Amino acid sequence: MGAILSTHKVTKRFGGLVAVNSFEIDVQEQSISSVIGPNGAGKTTFFNCITGFYTPTEGEIIFDGHYIQGLSTDRVTQKGISRTYQNIRLFSKMTAIENILVGQHPHLKTLWFEALYKSRRFLKEEAEALEESIRLLNFVGLSGMGDHVAHNLPYGAQRRLEIARALASKPKLLLLDEPTAGMNPNESVELMHFIRRLRDELGITILLIEHDMKVVMGISEEIWVMDFGGKIAEGTPLQIQRNPRVIEAYLGRGAASGLNLTEEGEEA
Amino acid sequence: MNILKENFRTTMLRFGLVGSIVALYLAAVGMIETFAPRMLIGTSITLGHVFLLLAAVGSGFFSARELKEHSLGITATAGFISGAVSSLFLVILTFVIQFFVIQADQGSIFKLREMFVNFSPTLLEFLTFGKGLILGNILLIGLFGIMGVLGASFSFLPKRIRKGWINGLAWVFGIGLFSENVGQIFREFNGTSLNKLLFTGKSLNPIAALLIFAIVFAAGYYGVKTATNNKWKTFSPDQQKQGRLIFTVLGILFLVALPWMVGLFLSQALFIIGMYVMMGLGLNIVVGYAGLLDLGYVAFFAFGAYTMGILTSTGELGRVGFSFWAALPFAVLAGVLWGLLLGFPVLRMRGDYLAIVTLGFGEIIRIMALSNWLAPLGGGAQGILHIPQPELFGLVLDSPQLMYYLVVLGALLAAFVTIRLRDSRLGRQWMAMREDEDVAEAMGINLVQTKLLAFSMGAAFSSLAGAIFAARIGNIFPHSFNILISMNAISLIIVGGLGSIPGVIVGAIILIGLPEMLREFAEYRLLMYGFLLIIMMIAKPEGFWPEKRRRQELKDERDRQLASQTAELEN
Repeated sequence: MGAILSTHKVTKRFGGLVAVNSFEIDVQEQSISSVIGPNGAGKTTFFNCITGFYTPTEGEIIFDGHYIQGLSTDRVTQKGISRTYQNIRLFSKMTAIENILVGQHPHLKTLWFEALYKSRRFLKEEAEALEESIRLLNFVGLSGMGDHVAHNLPYGAQRRLEIARALASKPKLLLLDEPTAGMNPNESVELMHFIRRLRDELGITILLIEHDMKVVMGISEEIWVMDFGGKIAEGTPLQIQRNPRVIEAYLGRGAASGLNLTEEGEEA
Repeated sequence: MNILKENFRTTMLRFGLVGSIVALYLAAVGMIETFAPRMLIGTSITLGHVFLLLAAVGSGFFSARELKEHSLGITATAGFISGAVSSLFLVILTFVIQFFVIQADQGSIFKLREMFVNFSPTLLEFLTFGKGLILGNILLIGLFGIMGVLGASFSFLPKRIRKGWINGLAWVFGIGLFSENVGQIFREFNGTSLNKLLFTGKSLNPIAALLIFAIVFAAGYYGVKTATNNKWKTFSPDQQKQGRLIFTVLGILFLVALPWMVGLFLSQALFIIGMYVMMGLGLNIVVGYAGLLDLGYVAFFAFGAYTMGILTSTGELGRVGFSFWAALPFAVLAGVLWGLLLGFPVLRMRGDYLAIVTLGFGEIIRIMALSNWLAPLGGGAQGILHIPQPELFGLVLDSPQLMYYLVVLGALLAAFVTIRLRDSRLGRQWMAMREDEDVAEAMGINLVQTKLLAFSMGAAFSSLAGAIFAARIGNIFPHSFNILISMNAISLIIVGGLGSIPGVIVGAIILIGLPEMLREFAEYRLLMYGFLLIIMMIAKPEGFWPEKRRRQELKDERDRQLASQTAELEN
């Protein structure tokens, strides 16, 4: 299995600030991998470059054999990349089902005026889309909550709904931006299992940004560490945990020199 | 106990004084005097009284609500006192008028009425009920107190009685206010005996008023509405389906018969309401669904009207001479094209910026129509004259009654298109875009296409309304297309409930229909608009008839609050 997403020297500058600096990753197909780094390292900016929200100043992004840098967000989504947001961004006044229906947008083919005379194709497609939405709702464990308005759902349910919406576009690659933010340890573990299920049952490649080290180390097959926009380390969780530059980035130089690295390999 | 007294006193004083300011304001702008000739019940209770006493009712209601936990006696007393307090400035006003207007020294430099034109002897007469300064003022204070109790009663009465009480008063007020119009409808049905029973002269007969009140009160008290709803639920789905069919047929028959029931004058009002419903539905797509705040909606209306004028006019500007029906598609097309043209440059703008730009575009159209540059085409300030009325199979649609059918058809078409699109992928695209543009795009939605579709769809209905408008009034001038039309359209969808189709109809009836029927209001129309919009934003931001989804949202919220409250109580 080869890489489904490769970034080549991706750089994003805002004026004089280099938010992402020649960042390179190769995400293997059907893997679960993570980008980590201290706050403000440029992780979300990097995600935004991948999804087309920003156009990288330099560099190439190759997804599934196509160059996608500079494409608009909707085109990138149609190519098969889907994402969730750090601070939940559901369509808050629409119902849960409607949120997922919007997510299915790239796969609906009927033209807008077919809705006026309810063509047979339109009716069939709408029925199928609804069925698929209910299936996804059940898949993320929100059965029966379809008619609730999104912003009235409990926090955890909103996170799940956002994932369901992202799945609705049938992505090949799913980008999760801090999926466990605001969750308690139990919920985080639950979500970890859920992310594994996504990969195992649906065969989706998953790329995370995550701060919860327990989740990152427990779930990732490969990790890239970002600091000041650049890549400072890459490797398996075990390699990352032992990497002095990573420890330095997280805890500062003094802490890094003072630590006994052999004891640091905490079980995850 | 002392704290209670303190609280009690400040509450009453506060609301009383606020009410007093409101009452003085209404008197100063001349509303009370203007509305005094419009009789509601008999010859003694007029619309002027309602406006005069509004402040007392309000202050009574609010102070009673503040003191809700106390006994009935206390709240009623509070209502009385704050009601009476709210007459304070009016009482002072009566003395001011007496001594500075009526008995004013002719040579005095200080002339109050030059500044306050409405402080007239007639107003004094009205405020003191023609009973002289002392007795009149005692009456005024007493009446304000009683009205304060009335206001308080909206808060302290048990729920079951309160509903019937408020509804009864509202019905009597409504029928009294529209006595002439209701009478007109009865006359069309040959109901002269009914007319004699209900009305004396131009207002409701006092006994009939009591009768109406009693009926509505009883209906509210015995829960007729809930009973009907419950009965409806016992019907089988098939029966319900039949029932709905019957209601639809009755509804259509009603719509068809309406203009002939209400006579010529009200038919014209209905025509205008229908036109605004059509525009409101179109604007609702742009603002309510797609969330693009368009304040220059009049531009599309003008485009439709001018296209219709240029293509069909038999005057000197009309070189084409199309019939109404041949010109109609072109008028709509012109509006859509303008919608696209406007859409492209503003695609990247959001929220307030979009509102300002569209506001500017709306004005540009009017000024362009006025300009000499386009005068050979649109006649400049002279406008386009001699636009023929539509003709259908030899029948000229020359009366408001016949034109009414045309706008009803247009409005039904708009409603149909709106409903079908709302429940489709495009409707979801619009709503997603309204909620969060970036995320919508990240869902694979093409924003350019989605926005342009919203703009052109809204433009189509507005220009359709404009085309029909041009054919109805026959002559169009640039000043007919001022910013007020945009403001009317946007206000009515906000008042009705953003995104709600019945809301548009309710909004059009309230904001367009009422001012048409109450000609006394004309002068205060904008004041009332502002007042109504502020009240709506505070008390009922979701509108008079909210969208189903919005109602669900509010219900969820209430359920959640209730749940957390009970949880708190259990702890």
